[in-house]
Amino acid sequence: MAELLRVATAGSVDDGKSTLIGRLLYDTKSLFTDQLAAVERTSRERGDGYVDLALLTDGLRAEREQGITIDVAYRYFATPRRSFILADTPGHVQYTRNMVTGASTADLALLLVDARKGVVEQTRRHAFLASLLRVPHLVLCINKMDLVDFDREVFEKIKEEFRHFAAKLEIVDVTAIPVSALGGDNVVSRSPSTPWYDGSSLLHHLEELHIASDRNLIDVRFPVQWVVRPRSDDLHDYRGYAGRVAGGVLKPGDDVIVLPSGLTTRVAGIDSFDGPVDEAFPPMSVTVRLEDDLDVSRGDMIARPNNRPTVGQDLNLMVSWMVDAPLRRRARIGVKHTTRSVRAMVTDVSYRVDIDTLHRDETVETLALNDIGRVALRTTSPLCYDPYRRNRDTGSVLLIDETSGATLGAGMIL
Amino acid sequence: MPVTGYELTHLQMLEAEAIHIFREVAAEFERPALLFSGGKDSIVMLRVAEKAFWPAKLPFPLLHIDTGHNFAEVLNFRDHRAEQLGARLVVASVQAAIDAGELTEDTRPGASRNQLQTPVLLDAIADNRFDAVFGGARRDEEKARAKERVYSFRDEFGQWDPKNQRPELWSLYNGRHRPGEHIRVFPLSNWTELDIWRYIAQESLEIPSIYYAHSREVIERDGMLLGVTELTPPRPGEIVVPRQVRYRTVGDITCTGAVESTAATVDEVIAEVAATRITERGATRADDRVSDAAMEDRKKEGYF
Repeated sequence: MAELLRVATAGSVDDGKSTLIGRLLYDTKSLFTDQLAAVERTSRERGDGYVDLALLTDGLRAEREQGITIDVAYRYFATPRRSFILADTPGHVQYTRNMVTGASTADLALLLVDARKGVVEQTRRHAFLASLLRVPHLVLCINKMDLVDFDREVFEKIKEEFRHFAAKLEIVDVTAIPVSALGGDNVVSRSPSTPWYDGSSLLHHLEELHIASDRNLIDVRFPVQWVVRPRSDDLHDYRGYAGRVAGGVLKPGDDVIVLPSGLTTRVAGIDSFDGPVDEAFPPMSVTVRLEDDLDVSRGDMIARPNNRPTVGQDLNLMVSWMVDAPLRRRARIGVKHTTRSVRAMVTDVSYRVDIDTLHRDETVETLALNDIGRVALRTTSPLCYDPYRRNRDTGSVLLIDETSGATLGAGMIL
Repeated sequence: MPVTGYELTHLQMLEAEAIHIFREVAAEFERPALLFSGGKDSIVMLRVAEKAFWPAKLPFPLLHIDTGHNFAEVLNFRDHRAEQLGARLVVASVQAAIDAGELTEDTRPGASRNQLQTPVLLDAIADNRFDAVFGGARRDEEKARAKERVYSFRDEFGQWDPKNQRPELWSLYNGRHRPGEHIRVFPLSNWTELDIWRYIAQESLEIPSIYYAHSREVIERDGMLLGVTELTPPRPGEIVVPRQVRYRTVGDITCTGAVESTAATVDEVIAEVAATRITERGATRADDRVSDAAMEDRKKEGYF
């Protein structure tokens, strides 16, 4: 079976996203009859003229009453080939914040366009955010093909238009699929209505996508999370460093450096409950033992002496700001990066990106809710980081309000 | 297509993610506790916790909110597992709170102690000064849960505010809280019912016998099969019949129904779950049938 695939999707009610998701769930038998019955009942009671599949996850009272989606919803489905986690984000309220959240863990972004309308502002926004969060794969579902008579010309034109735009965004892998979510064309199986299309159906594409090589298997990065010290009679000398591999392949006997101290040693062994580990790679959670008795604690980073992350206190970030109070220069905030939490001061807000035109507005001095822009920070103590484009785990930070504890925004290190 | 060989199975991915969550919490909180009921989800959660800290013992105690309406098999199992791990078990009792006059029980027909668990849980959290509590809830279980974070922030009243949740990105969890507030942590958020069963099989985990098919005297009530016990006697006019059943969830006896089943082994249960077309809560939990937002309302008040 292929690896778990995390998919992020976004869109508004009328592009057929709910119908597409409903069909994927229904056709993979991931939709349960009591869920469907409840949705049908509520749709009927509300007087909808159709079964609104958004109700499957719009379970919160406010959502059902107002007919809106207020948050990222996670749906789960599986085929014999693969299991999927679908992060479904609403198209309107808190759009940017939710899409950034959903995309942060996604292997693939699923974008829908209406074949009658082609690439619209929202499509460009989705694509920009997917590229900002460096979602490695993108699928453009050109939906409602039934309404354009499954016309190849329409499909090719939209596909070309999107490719032209995506070229500016460094999106590596784009696949366009002509579908009709309503009729199920090219959703689960290839449709006879599109004989000119020689690609896979959507589900087949999702099932077959190879993602293991999307992870950074080159730069060894092991943020120390927790020190395992059993302190029992038989294990009183045991000292292991527990964590999740954030990059590279780590093996017993490897020369390593502990940062930020800079002390070097070798990996004595890699342990797990299920036995010794020969090779630890992302995203495995393991426990590393070192040959020398060094002072290593949570927040330290284990790397290779000849391949180290940057160790420093000055960060340049693309920030997605997520709260009402604006981000200002000189603000003091908390920063969580890998397993290390520090304080920082905002030293500069250089520009804001207009997510519709990609234009940089350098006149701004603050970032408002749902803004994305470039920010410089100085931290109170050093972080061991990589550019986000090189490593999503060691290149990302959370910005936190030191007083209330609220999450203020997300940052991607440049 | 390049194949690196550096791939994990989906259960290994889910396990690695859950281990990461356990370690984050252990490192960043003063006094965590793990809700352990002896039910299948908490059994899986406990195994993942065991792996996260191995070869050391769990760095936190187990906590059980005992409604007094539990299946005996499940309580025995709970004690047995705690002893096996050398873990401290804290039991907070709904019955004791009723006996002490702290809670008033709704004794009308059809009432359950489900609502009463919340104040007992919140008192246990306050009395023990727990600042993080691990729960085995999954997002595929229920609509309200589909939108809950892995780290679910609770105010000083233990309330969940679904409209004001912290965005959760990457695997960076924000556990900041002030004194009196706490975080509920759900390491199995991304697991499905089938994943739970596949993990039970993979790890050869022991589970209480009532999860497997057995013969039991049942009555049919509100479209559910309810086992006949001292707590759930037949009402006038109800007919008691023997059936081959198993439990998909093991909650309060008074509101947990059984399903007809012949699945007597883990593999047979997996086959049955894979083929079933009804959610586990829809099939067997009267407490979730009160309204579309029954779970949300309970969670807002501080429920699991």
